[in-house]
Amino acid sequence: MIRLRKLARAASLLTTPLAPEDILSLFNPVFSARQLRGVVTRVVPETADSATIFFHPGRGWQAHLAGQWARIGVELDGVRHWRSYSLSAPAGQDPAITVTDMGAVSGALVRGTKPGDILFLAPPQGDFVLPEHPRPLLMLTAGSGITPVMSMIRTLVPHRPDSDVVLIHTARTAADAIFREELAELADQFPNFRVTHWFTGDRGRLDFTSAADLDRLCPDWRQRAAYACGPEDFLNDTEALWEAEAEDAAPAAAVRPGTLTIERFTTSLAAGAGHDGGLVTFEASDREVEADGDTPLLDVGEDAGVLMPSGCRMGICHSCLIPLRAGHVRDLRTGEVHGEPGQLIQTCVSAAAGPVNLDL
Amino acid sequence: MTIVSNTPDLSDADTPDANTPAVGGSAVDVAAAKVRTAAKKRPGALAESGSPLVRPPAAAHLSDEQVAELGRELDAIKDDILAKRGSSDAAYIRRMIKIQRGLEISGRAALLVSKNKTAWVAGTSLLSLAKILENMELGHNILHGQWDWMRDPDIHSTTWEWDFVTPARSWQHTHNDLHHRWTNVIGKDNDVGYNLLRMDPQQKWTPFNLGNPVYNALLAPVFEWGIAIYDLELQDFKEGRKSKEALVRDLKALGRKALKQFTKDYAATPAVAMLTGSGKQALYGTLTANAVRNVWAHAVIFCGHFPEGTDTFTEEMVEGETRGDWYVRQMIGSANISGSKFMHLMTGNLSHQIEHHLFPDLPSNRYGEVAPKVQEICRRYGLPYTTGPLLKQVGSTWAKIFKLALPPKKA
Repeated sequence: MIRLRKLARAASLLTTPLAPEDILSLFNPVFSARQLRGVVTRVVPETADSATIFFHPGRGWQAHLAGQWARIGVELDGVRHWRSYSLSAPAGQDPAITVTDMGAVSGALVRGTKPGDILFLAPPQGDFVLPEHPRPLLMLTAGSGITPVMSMIRTLVPHRPDSDVVLIHTARTAADAIFREELAELADQFPNFRVTHWFTGDRGRLDFTSAADLDRLCPDWRQRAAYACGPEDFLNDTEALWEAEAEDAAPAAAVRPGTLTIERFTTSLAAGAGHDGGLVTFEASDREVEADGDTPLLDVGEDAGVLMPSGCRMGICHSCLIPLRAGHVRDLRTGEVHGEPGQLIQTCVSAAAGPVNLDL
Repeated sequence: MTIVSNTPDLSDADTPDANTPAVGGSAVDVAAAKVRTAAKKRPGALAESGSPLVRPPAAAHLSDEQVAELGRELDAIKDDILAKRGSSDAAYIRRMIKIQRGLEISGRAALLVSKNKTAWVAGTSLLSLAKILENMELGHNILHGQWDWMRDPDIHSTTWEWDFVTPARSWQHTHNDLHHRWTNVIGKDNDVGYNLLRMDPQQKWTPFNLGNPVYNALLAPVFEWGIAIYDLELQDFKEGRKSKEALVRDLKALGRKALKQFTKDYAATPAVAMLTGSGKQALYGTLTANAVRNVWAHAVIFCGHFPEGTDTFTEEMVEGETRGDWYVRQMIGSANISGSKFMHLMTGNLSHQIEHHLFPDLPSNRYGEVAPKVQEICRRYGLPYTTGPLLKQVGSTWAKIFKLALPPKKA
């Protein structure tokens, strides 16, 4: 490894200002001096609007834990978009994401990905992971919320006969339920795993206002460490039930519910109405300013005494680029509202569209 | 409880329609009206309407309203390209990068066995081509931010470094900001003569200028060094506009960059070639390739603003300049080079200098498409649109260099 690095340094004498990886990328697209990439190895359709994408990551990826997620960069019309997806493959195997078509980016992933395509990657992260010590588990999932839990089940169930897992998965119909067959097979094969599918199309939503539904589906749910993943409402209801049960049961500790670990799909800062302006936070400078929707962020920052890089002040020279941490900005030239975490924005021609956080 | 920010797509609806105010009731109309006016407003110091203290002679026949209308027409051309820009453009720049890297490694590989004459000629030609392509179509344009919209950190104005001795960041300051903002304004845009040549009759003549043609001839083969020294802004330092710390910082950056460039072309490549006994030949090869690139870049760049027909401007002409006037100045201060597709590519599409100055951060592959529309606008508004084949433009530039070597004739 050290010798490799020395070799790379020697080679860079010949390739400067490029890195040797930039030349190697001619032959293998996974190589890059600057960014982690992966090659798609297999695409497996799951339901009508979801697919699992297997990929082989380049150097710099670290193996994922079951339940973690990764940021995936995809190109749409030549423009890079980043989204976070839970990894559905078991720990210890090449990673895979299971994506449900819910918008432009996920739609392109589900419908347009083929083996050999390049995905841009950020290393896996997240602490929605299995407990360190074995204990009985209850998994509550809804819709595409099954993905991180699937990784946990695949990791745990076939390899740990001492495990005890109950999965309650809700989906609209049987056809919408991702991994339904594989889950059924696992349940057949391993007595330590039990799965219940709840189809909201037939039975309505799982009712969390009282413990009745849960008591019926999994009588010993209070004794289990619970994991929940799904849409916002589903998680809020779950959380409310656990809290209510904990309060009611406070004196009699024996029937208190176990821990509840939640994977929440939080949205980033909500965009304003396009023209509202918002609170601009300069994170590194530790400054917050209320800005209107017409003032370029460059002026906002300068007025607030932030050392802003600047140039032409008319949007042509790209000297004023600053990474966006969160929020949306409006391009004052076109009126277009845009913003992705990490995107470099031209502060001289961008105004706040809702709250904005800048990495400066 | 773990709360992880996992956004598997809920943020897909991340580009809310700017024209859809979230508030209801009577506020809707107000907000919608506000959006409409703001969408038109262009930021920066430039006004929509009005006029500069003095309008340049070539545009003196235009009314304020006509200039404003011209501005709107050019804005529309830009918006049209922005709407079309997409995956085919991304594929274009990636293909260029691949071609350039292919040329670069095959050129250098051939130079490793350049004791063989054919290999020397092939290696030197390929490397010259690679360097030209790298500097012009890739470096210049990527450093302008023409490809920033892709959000690819490998092809971005903030990360790119080029095979040219001046560090990318120094050049971006003097070029993107100063030159493109102040195009051809005497006293503001130092690209008019690069503090070395007398390129405009408004520049005061001194006996030093007698050497104009000699300086230019000497500059051409070492053009990259000329640019590197120019980017240090020594004049500004002398006159107190640039701090010592800033100069030291720039000098250090230049030193580091120059050392790397030197090592690659004049030490590492010949050293490896020595294994086949081709060390000396490889050195001559890289020297030649750098010189060829320098002469070519010098020729193309001098054709951008110096040929007969391009105008220069006084500071009064930019005082109070509107957006339309800014466009006018870019058009009548620049000159194109006509020629084949290959020629355009080899100039990094700087042969579309007029279009490049109007829209410096539109992707270069789109300039050819924009050019006829711009030419048509110039014709309609009675503005000059200077263009000509390379040799004619180079000749015109040299003629000016000779003419301005001499003091102005006494009236």
